[in-house]
Amino acid sequence: MDFGLSAEEWQAVRLSLDVACRSVLVSLLPAIGVAMLLARGRFPGRALLDALVHLPLVVPPVVVGWGLLMLFGLRGPIGEPLHAWFGIRLVFTTDGAALATAVMSFPLIVRAVRLGLEGVDPGLEAAARTLGAGRLDRFVTVTLPLMSPGILAGAVTAFAAGLGEFGAVITFASNIPGETQTLPLAIYSATQMPGGEATAARLAGISFALAVLGLLAAEFLARRMALLLGRG
Amino acid sequence: MLDVALRHRFGPGGFALDVAFATAEAGVTALFGTSGCGKTTVLAAVAGLLRPQAGHVALHGTALLDTARGLCVPPERRRCAMVFQDARLFPHLSVATNLRYGLRRAPPDATGPGLEEVVALLGIGHLLGRRPGRLSGGERQRVALGRALLARPRLLLMDEPLAALDAERRAEVLPFLARLRSAANLPILYVTHALDEVDALADRLVLLQAGRVVAEGSVEALSLRTDLPLAGRRDAGALLPCTVLGHDAARGLTRLGFAGGELTVPMREEAPGTRARVRLRARDVAVATEPPRGLSTQNVLPATLAAIGEAPSPHEVFLRLRLGGSELLSRVTRDSVARLGLAPGQAVWAVVKAVTFDRSTGATG
Repeated sequence: MDFGLSAEEWQAVRLSLDVACRSVLVSLLPAIGVAMLLARGRFPGRALLDALVHLPLVVPPVVVGWGLLMLFGLRGPIGEPLHAWFGIRLVFTTDGAALATAVMSFPLIVRAVRLGLEGVDPGLEAAARTLGAGRLDRFVTVTLPLMSPGILAGAVTAFAAGLGEFGAVITFASNIPGETQTLPLAIYSATQMPGGEATAARLAGISFALAVLGLLAAEFLARRMALLLGRG
Repeated sequence: MLDVALRHRFGPGGFALDVAFATAEAGVTALFGTSGCGKTTVLAAVAGLLRPQAGHVALHGTALLDTARGLCVPPERRRCAMVFQDARLFPHLSVATNLRYGLRRAPPDATGPGLEEVVALLGIGHLLGRRPGRLSGGERQRVALGRALLARPRLLLMDEPLAALDAERRAEVLPFLARLRSAANLPILYVTHALDEVDALADRLVLLQAGRVVAEGSVEALSLRTDLPLAGRRDAGALLPCTVLGHDAARGLTRLGFAGGELTVPMREEAPGTRARVRLRARDVAVATEPPRGLSTQNVLPATLAAIGEAPSPHEVFLRLRLGGSELLSRVTRDSVARLGLAPGQAVWAVVKAVTFDRSTGATG
């Protein structure tokens, strides 16, 4: 079952899945936090935070990659202490590719989670309060389960989008086979090489199949979730 | 008992609330008024879901809110369970888990009926495994009542629990409310704008109008006041505490005894000896100056005309009739008063058709 792919091509597929997975894992919790702040919080600078979160949607991905390079580069204000104190290097690594992907898909998760949260009737939380449920208690037992379709939708969308992240990854993490060369980067490299058309076509086919699978999985999970939440 | 004094204004020049009242140790106190009079706001402030600008709330002597001292106990620690108009069951949890939600969070030393007892009381045993989405409106409200009661609250708050139901569902849930009221030995604050719910459930009445308390007292006493907004309603009239004396199945009639006489009404379901309250609408009570003859009306009761009072319409008056230890109201035209030469102190006969009694007027346990 190699679908006619070479070892290098498989590597790109695996790496893409790996990077997308990690990016979702990294950004999910902060995204839920930010979504809650934006949906329910009343604090100065809320509009600013909202704008900041949505920047990656409107700024060219290459610029986001450049920004990350400035911040997390070995001489950057975050990258330098990270490397000096913990020996962590993000530029030109798989972790770096995951970070760049996470930043790019962050607004997607925030939007979906926020939508899910805004669909939760605050009256149910009030009811839980009068029944003796404290803040964390009612979040875990009422709010979180009811907003979980939004979280799931955000995670799946971010994963699917993460598989295809190009500009930010190539700028911040470069295009190193086996390290940061994800599917779109591999497709790009193939098109740059004489005789790489067949490789590019195969990888494009894989990209397409993964995207369709992702959509089907999201649909299936959404149905299951609706059933579990008693809306079926 | 519950002590409430609240002041709150919604925005500059907006709706202003300024109320103070107290409830009894146990039993139902109805907050009664038209929509927009501030009833629900009062309930939210007692529950702690709304923080009023000024005021205090104390339950059995423990302060829940005291703005002067900067005290505001959060709702989750007030132990005031609330039944909402829209049930608000948790859609992702089964009926059984919904019922246990408050029970699990009640303090270990709190006493009250157990799960089986409440399930039996409300007749919801067959629903336990279902999700709220699969319940009818009436079933949902019964589960919500059970969930609130099982939280072992010190005070039960009910925000128009029947208002969202159609007539049929209301008739289904009302008896369960009456049963819960008798089974739960705790004060209940009941918000409503339906007089038949007051008749069936309430011991005390707090009348609200435009954010203020107009009157406060027993339901029977306030029902006789002709100076209250209550008197302007179509269904205004005396509320008589009665005892079922006996049934005459052949004639399809039931005899009710009250302090000062007997009433004959269409057959009722309660067993003899049961206490019941009936509302005699003032517009259904006629007056005669001599005993009428050849009349279909079942109830012709000798009475004394105690007073003649103003009615909301300038062409009508309220006659206050005294029958032994009870009083009735009769709403008649000024023309009738002049025609019959009615004057306070006069002996009259109150004429009440049997069929005017609402069958829905519930038992009070």
